Amino acid sequence: MAGHASKQIDKATLWGGKMSPFSMSYGKLMMWFFLVSDALTFGGLLVAYGYARHKYTGEWPIAEEVFHSFPGTDAYLPLAYVALMTFLLIVSSVTMVLAVEAGHRLDKKGVIKWLAATVIGGFFFLGSQAWEWNHFIHGEAGYVMLANGEKATFETHGHHYHDNAELYEGADLVLGDGTVLTGAKKEEALSTMYKHVQGANLKENEYGPQLYANFFFFITGFHGFHVFSGVVINLLVLINVMRGVYDSRGHFEMVEKVGLYWHFVDLVWVFVFTFFYLL
Amino acid sequence: MDRDDIIEYAPDQIHGEEAGRKIRKNIVKVTLILSVITAVEVLVGVYFGRGTVSDTTWFIIKWSYILLTLVKAGYIVLSFMHLGDERKSARMVILVPYFLFMGYLIFIALTESSYIHDMLTRYF
Repeated sequence: MAGHASKQIDKATLWGGKMSPFSMSYGKLMMWFFLVSDALTFGGLLVAYGYARHKYTGEWPIAEEVFHSFPGTDAYLPLAYVALMTFLLIVSSVTMVLAVEAGHRLDKKGVIKWLAATVIGGFFFLGSQAWEWNHFIHGEAGYVMLANGEKATFETHGHHYHDNAELYEGADLVLGDGTVLTGAKKEEALSTMYKHVQGANLKENEYGPQLYANFFFFITGFHGFHVFSGVVINLLVLINVMRGVYDSRGHFEMVEKVGLYWHFVDLVWVFVFTFFYLL
Repeated sequence: MDRDDIIEYAPDQIHGEEAGRKIRKNIVKVTLILSVITAVEVLVGVYFGRGTVSDTTWFIIKWSYILLTLVKAGYIVLSFMHLGDERKSARMVILVPYFLFMGYLIFIALTESSYIHDMLTRYF
């Protein structure tokens, strides 16, 4: 694909001042400038995350231990679900680039087909993220605070309990120093429990430092909001293509411009994936 | 109705069937590269995650992750977003200020937070 955009554009493409900076149309260059500023926002968020991550080195949760669930199964599958989400977003990026390519051939049917596929992929990603958030918020066994100020966790031996009464009954209690309590001793300790933290919210979470959950909500939430607006914009452009709005213009540059935005959303996820789930 | 507020397209961007086939081949290639890199990253994360390997091994894995991420980002920006096909000046105007700014931000944030971590472990 090298070089097809690098030639001098024709006179009709000149901007108001009879110039065409970088041989780009006005809309495309402005989209790039917007993306640079948006990339700085995400960059700032991820750097802030890195700051907290380094400050709490050692206490920071290990992602494989936090994200190991998959819908419809109780099996321990670390990172499997987020890998699926990443793959979904890559695929929808590919369908978008195919829509742009079809637009360059003035193949309206191809544009509609691939753009529709992109919208569907975007909805799938949003649904996956909703599940991920739901799971993160509700959490699993969590930890309890005892009257003597001790923080104790549960040893479930991989068993899934349907409610907390079953959890208190079936699981062992592990104190901060590693002592395992069972039977009567466990019941005695649990009777002094004054708080049971499960899952995460903005005030407390079972996974690690509070900033961990806050950054999870803010960064993946901000990215999810970008995906949502991207899906809406893609949908609007798809409707415009079907209605023939771009036919009279003789090109599908609008698809290319929203495509840039959509690829950017994928690009951000690549970094979120690395810094949140892998490192 | 004629509208004068719509800027016309660069005809250079419009290509035929032959060029389209070549471009689609390249798209498939980039897709495979991105998928394989992601799969490798996930498998390494599952089997050699932080906390299960030695510090030295983790150091190597960590930097491989960052490198692979930058490779993926490069393919997305230069190929999928066609920045590689734009003029060199356009590429520079978009990338250079960003990397200058982010490089400084990363440097200052990590330097300061490492220092705070040292102080926290030494005095608290």
